[in-house]
Amino acid sequence: MKIKNKAQCGSLESSDLMVFVEPADSLKIEIESSVKKQYGKSIERTVKEELERAGVKSVYIKIQDAGALDPTIRARVSTALKRGSK
Amino acid sequence: MKEFKLRRTMLYIPGNNPGMIGNADIFGADSVLFDLEDSVAASEKDAARELVGSFIKNRGFSNIEITVRVNPMGSEYIRDDLIAVVDGNLDAVRLPKTNSKNDVRELEKMLEEVEKEKGIGRKIRIHPMIETALGVENTFDIALSSKRIDAITIGGQDLTADMEIVKTEKGDELFYARTRIVMAAKAAGIDAMDTVYADVNNEQGLIEETQMVKKLGFTGKAVINPRQIKPVHNVFRPASEEIEWAREVINAYEAALKEGKGVIAIRGKMIDPPVVKRAQKIIAIAALENGAEDEE
Amino acid sequence: MKNKLNVEIPGNLEGLGKLLPYKGAFERIRNLSAEDLRTVPVKVRAVMPGTSKLTDSIEKAVERSGLKNGGTISFHHHIRNGDFLLMKVMPILEKMGFRDLVLFPSSLANPHQGVWEYVKKGVVKQIHTSGLRGDLGKFVSRGGMEIPVVVRSHGGRARAIKTGQNRIDVAFIGAPACDREGNINGITGPSACGSLGYAMVDAMYADFVIAVTDNLVDFPLSPVSIPQYQVDTVTLIDKLGNPDKIGSGSTRLSTNPIDHLIAENAARLILNSEYFKEGMSFQAGAGGASLAVAKYLSDHMTEKKITGGFTIGGISSYMVELLKRGIFKRMYDVQSFDKGVVNSFHENSEHVEINADFYANPFNSGAVINNLDVVVLAAYEIDTDFNVNVLVDSHGYAQGASGGHSDTAACAKLTIVVAPTYRARLPMIVERVSTVITPGETVDAFVSERGIAINPANKVLADSLKNSKLPLIDIRDMKKETEKITGKPDPLEFTDKICGLIEYRDGTIIDTIKQIVEK
Repeated sequence: MKIKNKAQCGSLESSDLMVFVEPADSLKIEIESSVKKQYGKSIERTVKEELERAGVKSVYIKIQDAGALDPTIRARVSTALKRGSK
Repeated sequence: MKEFKLRRTMLYIPGNNPGMIGNADIFGADSVLFDLEDSVAASEKDAARELVGSFIKNRGFSNIEITVRVNPMGSEYIRDDLIAVVDGNLDAVRLPKTNSKNDVRELEKMLEEVEKEKGIGRKIRIHPMIETALGVENTFDIALSSKRIDAITIGGQDLTADMEIVKTEKGDELFYARTRIVMAAKAAGIDAMDTVYADVNNEQGLIEETQMVKKLGFTGKAVINPRQIKPVHNVFRPASEEIEWAREVINAYEAALKEGKGVIAIRGKMIDPPVVKRAQKIIAIAALENGAEDEE
Repeated sequence: MKNKLNVEIPGNLEGLGKLLPYKGAFERIRNLSAEDLRTVPVKVRAVMPGTSKLTDSIEKAVERSGLKNGGTISFHHHIRNGDFLLMKVMPILEKMGFRDLVLFPSSLANPHQGVWEYVKKGVVKQIHTSGLRGDLGKFVSRGGMEIPVVVRSHGGRARAIKTGQNRIDVAFIGAPACDREGNINGITGPSACGSLGYAMVDAMYADFVIAVTDNLVDFPLSPVSIPQYQVDTVTLIDKLGNPDKIGSGSTRLSTNPIDHLIAENAARLILNSEYFKEGMSFQAGAGGASLAVAKYLSDHMTEKKITGGFTIGGISSYMVELLKRGIFKRMYDVQSFDKGVVNSFHENSEHVEINADFYANPFNSGAVINNLDVVVLAAYEIDTDFNVNVLVDSHGYAQGASGGHSDTAACAKLTIVVAPTYRARLPMIVERVSTVITPGETVDAFVSERGIAINPANKVLADSLKNSKLPLIDIRDMKKETEKITGKPDPLEFTDKICGLIEYRDGTIIDTIKQIVEK
């Protein structure tokens, strides 16, 4: 999958996250989270897995997380990528 | 496969609300219903279906019936909805605005394709939602249109809109549709679920409406707030007199069997096989509920 | 040396002197030493009849007090998030050139977070408080204090004052209604805040008392919470605070369905306990779920025709409602959580103002919480030994308050801690809380939306509920179930630097606030 446009998905409400994607020449992941001290690494792992699943190798992806559970992170990242590839 | 004996409440959860989806299984509803239709804006359909699909797949919710209300047949969304949510953990799909048996058959075909594509062995069930005048008139046909159907449900809000009338507090205008749907469900041997009661702050109103639909023969009711679960369960719980009566019927029935008597009567009333069947069901429900809420 | 919870406690700390390790909730009270029982007299003052108490500025009042560098000053936090006084006084003290003061308020709320700047400037050297919020809490947790902050419970503070552990040189008392002789109450005037329970103790024991009011009324004021014979000077200012901000959001009945589920579980636990009977006394903390317990409990009480003896605590409008409805016969109020409570003082003679000594001091002839049957308390975190943290937040910053948590937990016959199993992904049950405020030995049960965990240490309760239909679950299993949903969190990292001491209600040190490692 190739990211062709800027796109976003999600919200800033508690238990949700906002995902922003942008075309880029390389892979750049930026993560802000209300639970970064406890789940920063786990969020990064999940984001990377979803990028891999979608076959996205180069993208600028920014996460603003407000304590979302893992299934939410997966869904929001996946939707943002799909939106960005259209 | 999960076994569900009671289906008194189905809790609606808006499909794009991760906080509520994450807690869907803890309120004690018999089923949850993740909604991709009316509670999701057109621009968020993709996000909602992916969110619901992700929770069903990654979380599972093993102790509760999981259903999803997809978008109606003929909408541009339904196939993508199914692709996103069909999973080994999904129990049933609720089809809104079911107008005819063809709608169900089309959904069945799509489900078969998606199940096959995803390698899912089980057959996901179908809950047609009757919320158009046409649907009401076709209810019995719809109820019999697929073996996947094990419940049929009425959608009061859209139905009254389709009938070009106002949905009232007492709901007299839904009487015909309700009785028709219940009768079709009974004839088809499936559950009949009633529509939601919209005023979450009026517990008494909810109780009265639930009592009314229970009398008509509905087996359960959709709810929109966790606070509505307990009152609905309380209405559907067999009363102690009912349980006592059922025990008496079963005892008399068993005694008659032993003695080889053909005719059974208790309290001066003749007991037919359907009455015995009803008594057995009451005892079964009471046994399932035992231990749930009453303690000192 | 290590205390009973295996926390390393220094024997001595500069500025704080000898430290006693926590040995158990009632160990010190069971084994009082002669030193514990010494009597500390209140400073005698005498004035000639006809002397005016009025001073026309805070500066002049401070001059009159004789405050010296290194002295101890106290404030109350009854106007909570609406309080202006403390931050009005600090720049005045700075301007007057004071250094190394010991700040000894009953607690510090959001409007007081700027205090850290006065620490930096050297005006304040030590802080003793119940709570820390905002920038001040971050400052403390990042190691900003030279001398560790001392965090106390409300009962523990009354004890520290009464025993002379901490002598208050000057008490600044924000007085919503005050006459020229210094008679004070908190229930009338533009800054009315209700009970003055914490300030009453300061007024009784401080060497010098400055009443600061924005509502100077005709002499003599009635009713009187703080009497004129304890007040040395009276200063009129334009505004004490914003009473609309007295109530924080936490005092309203929650609409969150998870809170209601928790509350229903907790109310069922109470219903199944031996304490659910005529005359039951009850306290609910201010958190969303704890207050909702009061709702479900009152439903059970109405249904079973049971009238409660008394309710107590920080009082919110919802508890006032229960008093009005006759669910409880009497209400003891040490601190009023919102404006609605203030009106109740005028309307209901069963709504009684009490001071912190009466409320929760372990070193007197019997605080009223000794008569408490059931208390329901909130938590930031609870661990598998049932220790509770209500101070250090999930980022590792001190952003909460000890309050009456450990006092009521120790004294109530049934102590229930309520919290959801997770908030915004963070599990509430941990292996070990970052900071213990309330020891697990004083907690009987933890109740969440996923069930009821009885502390196995309370074998009598555990046994009595074995055959009930309550959703009982081992706290370790609840933790596991939760982590299946949230994933296992990485632990916060702290250095060994002690940023604060958690003093238990009996004066022993139960834990420390450690310095957070920023990642």
